[in-house]
Amino acid sequence: MSFIVAENLVKQYGNGDATVSAISDISFQIESGEFIGIMGESGAGKSTLLSIMGAMNAPTSGNFMVDEIDVYSLRQEQRADFRREFLGFVFQSFHLLSYLTVAENVMLPLTTVKASRKQKRAMAEEALNNVGLNDKANRLPSRISGGEKERVAIARAIVNEPPVLLADEPTGNLDNKTKHKIMELLQKLNTRGVTIVMVTHSLQCAKYAQRILYVSDGLLVENG
Amino acid sequence: MTLKEIALKNLIRRKGKVAFILAGLVIGVCTVVTIISLMEAMTSDINKKLEKYGANILIVPKSEKLTLTYGGISLGGVAFEMEEIREKDLVRIKSIKNAANIAAVGPLALGVINVDKHKVLLAGADFKAIKILKPWWKVKGNLPIENEVILGDETARIINLRTGSFIEINGQKLRVSGVLQPTGSQDDQLIFSRLETAQSLLGKEGRISMAEVAALCTACPITEMVKQISDALPSAKVMAIQQVVKSRMETLSQFKKLSYGVSAIVILVGSLVVLVTMMGSVRERTKEIGIFRAIGFRKSHVVRIIFIETAIVSGFAGIMGYLLGLAATKIAVRFFTESQSVSIPINFELAGWAIVMAVLVGLVSSAYPALIAARLDPNEALRAL
Repeated sequence: MSFIVAENLVKQYGNGDATVSAISDISFQIESGEFIGIMGESGAGKSTLLSIMGAMNAPTSGNFMVDEIDVYSLRQEQRADFRREFLGFVFQSFHLLSYLTVAENVMLPLTTVKASRKQKRAMAEEALNNVGLNDKANRLPSRISGGEKERVAIARAIVNEPPVLLADEPTGNLDNKTKHKIMELLQKLNTRGVTIVMVTHSLQCAKYAQRILYVSDGLLVENG
Repeated sequence: MTLKEIALKNLIRRKGKVAFILAGLVIGVCTVVTIISLMEAMTSDINKKLEKYGANILIVPKSEKLTLTYGGISLGGVAFEMEEIREKDLVRIKSIKNAANIAAVGPLALGVINVDKHKVLLAGADFKAIKILKPWWKVKGNLPIENEVILGDETARIINLRTGSFIEINGQKLRVSGVLQPTGSQDDQLIFSRLETAQSLLGKEGRISMAEVAALCTACPITEMVKQISDALPSAKVMAIQQVVKSRMETLSQFKKLSYGVSAIVILVGSLVVLVTMMGSVRERTKEIGIFRAIGFRKSHVVRIIFIETAIVSGFAGIMGYLLGLAATKIAVRFFTESQSVSIPINFELAGWAIVMAVLVGLVSSAYPALIAARLDPNEALRAL
């Protein structure tokens, strides 16, 4: 069985005549260690698909499995634990907490993990080292550049070494030079075995992916 | 990084909102502490004043006859036809439930004697108890020892005797050791001696005519004390000097009720301030809570962050409120009591309650905002940005 399995995913919003289908009957499989790009026009259903894969948005019907776990059969609190243990999120607008330093932002997913302060600090240092930001550990997000913020967001996503990294337009707000640096970083993580699913509009970024899922009008129109 | 550290950093970031919650709770706690401290100070002041009033319970022999005296004018003697109380029975008073609240028990042996053709009432008393029971007494001379008496001011004037004179009572010569300064009471018309002396002179060894009791019990009504003494002395009639105690205690009780009502309203307003501010805070932090939930925080973790924040602020508010309340009481007590010497000591129990109350009000008031925060759908929270 594949590492990630989506079967006939349907997500509808609203009721009756006002029902809108965000995605319709989407099925795919992703192997462990793959780098997948999700592409499509605006409003095609990419972000909805990513949020379902992020265990944050229950599908109207269909199954979503990760490592043979039926994610949406889990209770809400179990899904929170699942997100902590299996998933790392990289958001388009970074979503760093302005009142925490870079290191503290990176340590955030470790807050509820049973580990000593020293261990958590070491894990954050390692994650920051992986994204090349060790020297900015004590700065506030407001004192670093956009590219650095994205790298902090990636460090936060990988600090607890999740097997899957979900990235929503991770280079959407960055210049070309920084964009490539970030993509190289994601590729480096992928070579270390992290499964990456990335939503992107950029063909340049999509080239880094091993496979593209193309979504149009809520349907998976291309898988390859 | 711990939940406590996140909560602390968040508080430091949101100084304005924290100050608002703090102010709401500090005002609430300060008001309640002031009211309670003021009540305690006033009760203590009244108790001190009641002590100065002396005896507030009378123990007299049981009688089926009515007393025919009013305002010091006797229209017929009945008092000495009653069966007297045995002195040794008074010991039983020490065994009542509220024995600790009895400040003094003063037995009196009364009898009519003849001094120079004058009929005078001789009162044998325990002068140690008299000091507590009649603190207003001023004696020109000394209190009597064996074979000595003191005279009431009127008695001294009428029988024309003064300190150092000798009088003969029932064939026994006694020295006048002092004269009681005018009291405006019946005491001015009596001759006082030691209890044993009077009992011997009157032939009433081991018996007393009545007893006065000074009882102080803020936690229990005076009627309860009277009942306890009555139970201990079934053959005696025990009466409270109601008007002394009751009116003051009733005033205090009504003031207490009003104070508690005001306290409840102030606490309610304080908790509304916390509720509204925390609701606003949760709304402002939708993104933050969405991030927490997305990266794997459970609902309980979000609730804990909000509760830790509230507990820290309200705990601090409790301490500040208590200290400010103490200061406010020191100022207010001057206006509410006549005494300038009422002390307001630091009451650790009240301080503890103030902190516990502040934290409880804070936690209860932030429970609903915390629940709202915990229920935030991470996907909705992040998508709404």
